[in-house]
Amino acid sequence: MRQRLLIIGNGMASVRLVETLVRIAPEQFTITVVGAEAQPGYNRVLLSALLAQDVSAEDVILRDHAWYESHNIRLISGDAVSTASTEDKFATLASGDVISFDQCVFATGSHPIRLPMPGMDKPGVITFRDLPDVAAMEQAALAKRRVAVIGGGLLGIEAAYGLARRGAEVTLVHVMDRLMERQLDAPAAALVAKALGNKGVTVLLSKQTLAVTGHTHATGLAFADGTSLEADMVVCAVGIRPNADLAEAAGLAVNRGIIVDDAMATNFAGFHAIGECAEHGGVAYGLVEPAYAQAEALARQLMGEAGAFTGMVLATNLKVSGLPVFSAGNFVGGDGLHSVTLQVRKTGTYRKLVFDGTKLAGCVLVGETGDALWYLDLIRRGIDVSSARRHLIHGRDFAELALGESGLGEPGLLEAA
Amino acid sequence: MNVRPASGVVRTTCPYCGVGCGVEAIPDAAGGVTMRGDASHPANFGKLCVKGSALGETLGLDGRLLHPMIHGQRATWNQAIGFVAEGLSKVIAQHGPNAVAFYLSGQLLTEDYYIANKFAKGFLGTPHVDTNSRLCMASSVAGHRRAFGSDTVPQTYVDLDEADLIILVGSNAAWCHPVLYQRMQIAREKRGTQVINIDPRRTATSEGSDLHLSVKSGMDSVLFSWLLVQLEARGATDRTYVKRYTTGFDTALASASAIAPDLETVASRTGLDAGDITGFVDLFIASDRVVTCYSQGVNQSAQGSDKVNAILNCHLATGRIGRPGSGPLSLTGQPNAMGGREVGGLANMLAAHMGYSPPEVDRVRRFWDAPNIAQNEGLKAVQMFEAIERGEIKALWVMHTNPAVTLPRADAMRAAMKKLDLFVVSEAITNTDTTLSGAHVLLPAAVWGEKDGTVTNSERRISRQRSFLQPPGEARPDWEHITLVARRMGYAEGFNYTNVAAIYREHAALSACENNGSRDFDIGATADISDAGYDEMEPFLWPWRKGEAPQERFFADGRFYTPDRRARLLALADPVLAAPVDARFPFLLNTGRVRDHWHTMTRTGKAIRLARHVAEPMLAMNAGDATGLGVVEGNFVRIDSAHGAATLRVTLDDGLPQGSVFAPFHWNDASSGLARVDAVAQAVTDPVSGQPEMKATPVKLTPISMASEGFLVSRQRIILPDWLQHTRITIPGGEALLFASTRSPEAIHGLLINHLGEAWQRAEVSDPFAGDFRTLAFSGERLSAALFVQTSRDPVALDWLIESLGKEALSPTERKTVVAGMTPASNVDQGPLICSCFAVRRVTIATAVHEGAATVEAIGDILKAGTNCGSCRPEIKRVISDELASAPVLLVA
Repeated sequence: MRQRLLIIGNGMASVRLVETLVRIAPEQFTITVVGAEAQPGYNRVLLSALLAQDVSAEDVILRDHAWYESHNIRLISGDAVSTASTEDKFATLASGDVISFDQCVFATGSHPIRLPMPGMDKPGVITFRDLPDVAAMEQAALAKRRVAVIGGGLLGIEAAYGLARRGAEVTLVHVMDRLMERQLDAPAAALVAKALGNKGVTVLLSKQTLAVTGHTHATGLAFADGTSLEADMVVCAVGIRPNADLAEAAGLAVNRGIIVDDAMATNFAGFHAIGECAEHGGVAYGLVEPAYAQAEALARQLMGEAGAFTGMVLATNLKVSGLPVFSAGNFVGGDGLHSVTLQVRKTGTYRKLVFDGTKLAGCVLVGETGDALWYLDLIRRGIDVSSARRHLIHGRDFAELALGESGLGEPGLLEAA
Repeated sequence: MNVRPASGVVRTTCPYCGVGCGVEAIPDAAGGVTMRGDASHPANFGKLCVKGSALGETLGLDGRLLHPMIHGQRATWNQAIGFVAEGLSKVIAQHGPNAVAFYLSGQLLTEDYYIANKFAKGFLGTPHVDTNSRLCMASSVAGHRRAFGSDTVPQTYVDLDEADLIILVGSNAAWCHPVLYQRMQIAREKRGTQVINIDPRRTATSEGSDLHLSVKSGMDSVLFSWLLVQLEARGATDRTYVKRYTTGFDTALASASAIAPDLETVASRTGLDAGDITGFVDLFIASDRVVTCYSQGVNQSAQGSDKVNAILNCHLATGRIGRPGSGPLSLTGQPNAMGGREVGGLANMLAAHMGYSPPEVDRVRRFWDAPNIAQNEGLKAVQMFEAIERGEIKALWVMHTNPAVTLPRADAMRAAMKKLDLFVVSEAITNTDTTLSGAHVLLPAAVWGEKDGTVTNSERRISRQRSFLQPPGEARPDWEHITLVARRMGYAEGFNYTNVAAIYREHAALSACENNGSRDFDIGATADISDAGYDEMEPFLWPWRKGEAPQERFFADGRFYTPDRRARLLALADPVLAAPVDARFPFLLNTGRVRDHWHTMTRTGKAIRLARHVAEPMLAMNAGDATGLGVVEGNFVRIDSAHGAATLRVTLDDGLPQGSVFAPFHWNDASSGLARVDAVAQAVTDPVSGQPEMKATPVKLTPISMASEGFLVSRQRIILPDWLQHTRITIPGGEALLFASTRSPEAIHGLLINHLGEAWQRAEVSDPFAGDFRTLAFSGERLSAALFVQTSRDPVALDWLIESLGKEALSPTERKTVVAGMTPASNVDQGPLICSCFAVRRVTIATAVHEGAATVEAIGDILKAGTNCGSCRPEIKRVISDELASAPVLLVA
């Protein structure tokens, strides 16, 4: 008899899990997927591209209802699981439905963070998380409104870029002295800021937002340095936190996220968590790549196969303003680490490699990221790159010969990524 | 460069060494000039060496002095001439004519030389006229004069074709006289001529020799004394010739016996194997026709004159002189050292092979109608500059030479020049070490290709140098500099020449004046030559007496130019180095030339293909000495003598004996930093010739640990600080500067980056841990400049950057390779450049050897290497033998 599998959430991790199970074990589970959003799961990574009209609405859809039907999977969209019982193994939905299961997977994603400042709940303040957010931003942009984007991370930059592309007058406000401080070093961040400037985004650094101004509707921001900014709309893109509310209520062990082991198992047998809601090894990943890896690992676990997620060197990809940016691993350096940099001012190319002894520990690439995944592979595999150390900064073409066999990479990995 | 209109093919003579090859300058449609050998010229029959082949690349006007300068400011010719004339008059009025000196050059044309000599010795009244030939071949002059009573070269090049045995003493002819060396090699192949090379160093010349005798520095005379002793002991002397035509045989033999009493002593003193010594003696005795060629290894010595006479003694004792294929042949280093000797442009000569005897002084005075004829010998080069140092000479006129580089104790000499009341330099290049040594007046000179006149080569052959270029700016031939000043000083009558032919006629007439066979130098047959005849004058051997044919050889008839018409065999001083090594200075520094450069590189430094064979100054030493010092190839050493210092990169050369190191003297402050080797060389001179001992200076070597090495390639000229060890080389599109420093790569990069200019687009690479810092500047699609500072030289990057600088447009991909300093496929160092003509590197040749090309000819067939000038053939041969020794070769049927 088939086991009943409930997947709570229909985001990217959920879709990847289903896809994998369909591929490797089509007959093993009776699967139900419950998604709170009205649409079937879509590619959240492409929301900024959608806003910028670099992709169309269809492009962001991952799998539609028909696909689920064709694989005999029950997909419930626009309804949320409100409780889950760890003892009796059933879940209740907001609509009242009850679903029993043998195995349950939490793939509940994350919540966008709103700054705990006065006025953040006013109309005119939105976050950047889902398709309705994109629609709201589109409206503001088309009306050529003034938009303040708070948050100079990946998400905020993508929002600012997309809004500017669509005609809004955008100011990007960041509390730190450089953009993407968690993914980029100062020279790379400066290049990104310059590129945003070229696209019409005003970048304000070292601006701590104190409050959203306006009575009934947001009219701007007030800053700690006494200055202020007028805006018709405020986009708060300061980060996310794992959505572990349901799991916590169900009694699962939760820290920042739902605590899982290498098998993506929670502290209750038959209960699993993957993606942004999960916390593995103390890390709650906010990126799609580890979410996919977790989904695939879990699929194999459910199959009874060996499959584990043991953590992942993070890599960030940013493609805005025609300026590709990539960073991975330890790109800051530190004690005992050595950095090599390359900068070409004419093309805006910047490259930094961080070495830890004979290994490549991290990198930042700006402007030219064609070799990004090759570098990432070297970092993740932790191989000895000393034979090609002096060539490595110049890219794969120059270093591969000196690196020999070990530098050729695993084609599967590169293609998949 | 401004090619004379409608000049067509112009036959002229090469401006480099004393071989005096005929070259044809062929203006091309693009405004350039290509060169080829003149097949009709008897010195070379159409062959050229790599330097001669590249002459067309050296005609650019970069760095040329285009107008007169007074105290660093542009002046008119009128002002400059007035300044010089007044200055000379003032010095003579206050200090007398002996406070004036002229320092001339073996690169001046005979007519320039003649006018300078006449002006100084006949009109100003100073005997202090000397020349850089003093550094080159004064010992040969002295040796010739002592033995023959005249400065006569008895032989011609034809004798090299006809000899049974050629002895090369102190000569790396393979590199320094390549065309003659190839001629000797042909004789070896055609008639089995044996070649013996006597040189402390085993050189490229030794590769083409049947026997190399690595004689200890300064001990050549011991070997030739032993030869004389053995000739007598074995009855091999020509008693008839000795008795009839020479004097001094007995004293010469006694002295030789004292110097070389027995084989054991000779072996010990010369450091040679007894069997090799006997082999040498046997071969000399067995060979009817022996030509002994000698060059700077003999001349540049504090006993150079004795060394020459030690050689001449043996030729005189056997009557092997002036005969076809037999006799002594001095190889001169400069194109017109011989011409300078002919006009008397040496301090110990007056004019036209006449000295300072009263009848000679009177004859020259009458001929010139000279108001102030010099009466006594003047000061020779080193002594002349020492007199400047002491403040006795107040006015100096330097023409066509760079004494601040080439004089021994060059730093002290440079300081001395700053003391002069009047310092005039006739020069083609604005910034040389000499013009920058405090010159008051610079007069722009026309150079080779722009001027007309004659030169004389090592075999006494007078050839025309003809012009095919317009002198640039306000440059004029050197003789005009003198005549303008002379006329301004009121000597219009003696210096009213309408053209260079008129000067030549006067020179020829003086050579014949009251000669009647009493003097060897007589070209009276050409004294009445017309202007047109002069223009078309074919190369001829002197003497060419009026009414006779040019004379091939001297002295077979036993008639010499001493008062009793007999040759002199000379007793010699005991051979000893001027300064022996000691605990403080334990190494002997030898100096000399490399294959593709000539003198101070003001001309060869402009040719791209000449810049790569030996790209930078170096110090060669054998592996044992290097190990003893704790250095390996490519490391740097500081070299100190009692006189000065230089910092040079070590090259291993197992041709050098233990304790002896070798450095080329070409590089100077204009082309390098900390590499002016003659600042290290001592100034101890030969008591007769005044030539300094520049090939055996005791030195101390200290390894210098360079923290950084790198290069800067640039389209614009960049001047690096003089404290930085560096070398400038010419490359397509600009220059490359190679440098090394004890300071960190980061520090040097930070310092030199300011030289790249501001406005350019830059790329930067920074690797502090590996010590790799690069900055590249782009201008549009082109590379403008690139600075690479690393912990050691990256030859692949250097080659690639040099190649890339010459490109007019770099694609984005090429741009990446430029920053990377390599192409993805260029990871392999192709080794040093062997063949400059076809740009063939060592690895390419080695590969061909392993593919079965096991002879120089086979390499030539496949790679063309060695098939043009042939200068590299000894090196190709060495590569083949090294490769054959290292691995078996697949013989291809």
